[in-house]
Amino acid sequence: MAKKKTAPATVGENAIELQETAGLSQGQIVRRRFFRHRAAMVSLVSLLFIVIFVFSASGLRFGSDRNAATTPGWWPYTITDLSKMSSKHCEEGIVGCPTLDLIPAFIDGTPMNIGKHPFGQDDIGRDYFALVMRGAEQSIQIMIIIGAIGALLGTVIGSISGFFRGWVDAVLMRLTDFIITIPTLIIGAVIGFRVGNLGVTLLGVFLGLFAWTGLSRLVRGEFLSLREREFVDAARVAGASNTRIIFKHILPNAVGVIIVSVTLLMSGAILLETGLSYLGFGVVAPDVSLGSLISQYQTSFSVRPWLFWWPGLLIVSIALCINFIGDGLRDAFDPRQKRRITKRDLVKADNASKDS
Amino acid sequence: MLFVILLGSSFLIYNLTAIASDPLEELRISSDPNAKQQILVLIRSLHLDVPPPLRYFSWLQGVLNAFTGHFSLGFTRSHESVAAVIGHAIPVSIRLVLGATILAIVLGITIGIVTALRQYSRFDYSMTFLSFLFFSLPIFWVAVLLKEYLAIGFNDFLYEPVVSTPWLIGLSVFAGLFWASILGGNRAQVWLRFGVAFAANAVVLFTLSETHWFTQPSLGPIVVFAMSVGVAFATTHISVGISSRRVLFGSLSVSVVGLAAYFPLQSLFTKHFSNKTLLILFLGALLVGAAIGFFATKVDRGPAIRTTSIVAFLTFGIIYVDRLMRTWQGYSETDAVNYRPVPTVGESNSLLEPGNYWFTTLDNALHLFLPTIALTIISFAGYVRFSRGSVLEVLNQDYIRTARAKGLTERTVIMRHAFRNALIPLTTIIAADIAGVIGGAIITERVFGWVGMGTLFNKAIGGQDLNLLMGVFFVTSSLALLANLVADLLYSALDPRIRIGK
Repeated sequence: MAKKKTAPATVGENAIELQETAGLSQGQIVRRRFFRHRAAMVSLVSLLFIVIFVFSASGLRFGSDRNAATTPGWWPYTITDLSKMSSKHCEEGIVGCPTLDLIPAFIDGTPMNIGKHPFGQDDIGRDYFALVMRGAEQSIQIMIIIGAIGALLGTVIGSISGFFRGWVDAVLMRLTDFIITIPTLIIGAVIGFRVGNLGVTLLGVFLGLFAWTGLSRLVRGEFLSLREREFVDAARVAGASNTRIIFKHILPNAVGVIIVSVTLLMSGAILLETGLSYLGFGVVAPDVSLGSLISQYQTSFSVRPWLFWWPGLLIVSIALCINFIGDGLRDAFDPRQKRRITKRDLVKADNASKDS
Repeated sequence: MLFVILLGSSFLIYNLTAIASDPLEELRISSDPNAKQQILVLIRSLHLDVPPPLRYFSWLQGVLNAFTGHFSLGFTRSHESVAAVIGHAIPVSIRLVLGATILAIVLGITIGIVTALRQYSRFDYSMTFLSFLFFSLPIFWVAVLLKEYLAIGFNDFLYEPVVSTPWLIGLSVFAGLFWASILGGNRAQVWLRFGVAFAANAVVLFTLSETHWFTQPSLGPIVVFAMSVGVAFATTHISVGISSRRVLFGSLSVSVVGLAAYFPLQSLFTKHFSNKTLLILFLGALLVGAAIGFFATKVDRGPAIRTTSIVAFLTFGIIYVDRLMRTWQGYSETDAVNYRPVPTVGESNSLLEPGNYWFTTLDNALHLFLPTIALTIISFAGYVRFSRGSVLEVLNQDYIRTARAKGLTERTVIMRHAFRNALIPLTTIIAADIAGVIGGAIITERVFGWVGMGTLFNKAIGGQDLNLLMGVFFVTSSLALLANLVADLLYSALDPRIRIGK
């Protein structure tokens, strides 16, 4: 089947590529490709929505516990408000179940309804929506901080050691090995014990300082193999400086690897934070994060499943969105990437080549 | 060099944790009249009166005494030897994660390659979505779901082991979609494959359900033989190509030998069977396979021997699993199990009477069931993504075009040219993963109630037990460094273009 099509398809592909890239800068091509990646765009929009929704619900909050700067949010309850347990719509003997009902009346007989406690209440009557929003806010903050610090450190260290090799490489890689050997749990525990509940900003910074190792090894590997390629020799013969070779020739080729691992790092970061909080070393009571919520309520799964589902679903959707965005970016950055050619493209390209 | 790193990081961690913890905290606030006495005892036994940087050297002395034969990692707070405690925990950890790691690597790389070969197909899209989903799951969350729906649900199902019609149709549709999308083809072929897979799955499930197979599962010699023939064809196809008749003949002879050995083997599989015998039998199977491969071909014997050995190994594996399956009914009827065979926590069922090899093995295997699934789900996604990416990268290279232009078969191009080169970047990840695995399953161990390295680590941090923490750290970090070293060496051995140093 593929054989028959080969001849016209090649003509078509070339025409499409020419048509697509004519008169566009690198950045424009990347942007275009990214915007065309449907899954990535959907994820980007959903992630933005989640972030704005979460941060506006409970209000912003910076700094440590003692001196926090806060702005008000639109949700009436906070994580410390205790309200009366409501048992409306609940099954026999259970209180505090979610009042959220997204199924319209013509299907299940009850009208769509948000209610007083859309995500239900926890065992002492706190509003679970407020708790989940607060937890998500914390988790997202930590994720962004870890991702930014890790990406910066990992790329710089990896590219320097991969490009210069020799003793620079040896020193930096030993440093990487050194950091790899220090378990993240110890960092979390030490921070938790020594400085108490610092707030998520510092926790994120500390974790970020130890999260770059995997990325730096990958970047180094990429640089090691790219610097031996012909185009780098060509650039060097043409008189390009080291800086120019690194930034203009090698880094653009390695950027796919970097971006993919940064997105993995970020989705890993949110899982790391939740894991730490789950074990009791990350965000600690009275403050909450998505991980600590799950950890706190996992035993109540059979009685109050909503306490388990909401934070989990939020973690999964955030991490999923980031992964898809990373996938879209990788496809967009990859200069060798060929887009899937549809029949419509072929027709369009045929017409274009006939015209010219 | 590695040694210096270990020295440095152990010094750092020792001091960090010593500063950040207070082992006497509990006793200080306790109202026990003996508390003062206990504090003094603890200070003396753990040398708490010595400042941490100096205390580190007494710990280090214990480690370095390994050269004089007095290796010691110190004592825990309850006066147990740390080395002994860790010695007990390591096998548990390995048992917990080994199967999951191997499964994740094999499955992940296979699916990664298939998705790369079928780029932009429906299968690719659904696998991409699935792997991203798996990648985004926190393990403790998955674990709770697995316990609730898989273990408890399956146990409930076994009370009345009849597959209901909606399930039957749902599973069959899933199987049809799976095979149709993985095999691809034009529209008519896709429908045909969907139909065949759907029907086959429905018939098999219906038969299994009607014959109460789920409460008394077994394969029997005929199914074992059929599976072995399937394995022979598949292995030959992947390994050397189905067109080499002699190798195919050799693999099929292995299956026949397997069938012939089925009944004699059953008499060996007694209550007092042991893992040592199992190992010997596996080695025997490999030898028999190699011999058949050797005699089946006249030239180019290496690939033939490889193929037949793999077939022999897998065939024996199937026979072994068949025997294990026939233990199922007896196992679930014991008092300790009481018809709920899939456990949710623990390493083994302590109520089960020892002495029957098959019961114990099945018990261990079933206790591994949920953790293995959870760990596989979590780590397999990474392998799928990485291997897909690196296969796609390799398939775009010029030498693949050259190989195709030479007229090589697609199988040779993929297995010999693309696959091997695509594996190179994966070595780094695999090495790091395997090292992380020994000390890394902290959350998994906690959720499933296993007492391995992760639990020790957790206990050491929670109970502020410095010596125990250092012991665990010492083992895990040595392994991590070793794995990194191996990855570096492998990397430059596999890809000669990479130069390290001058």
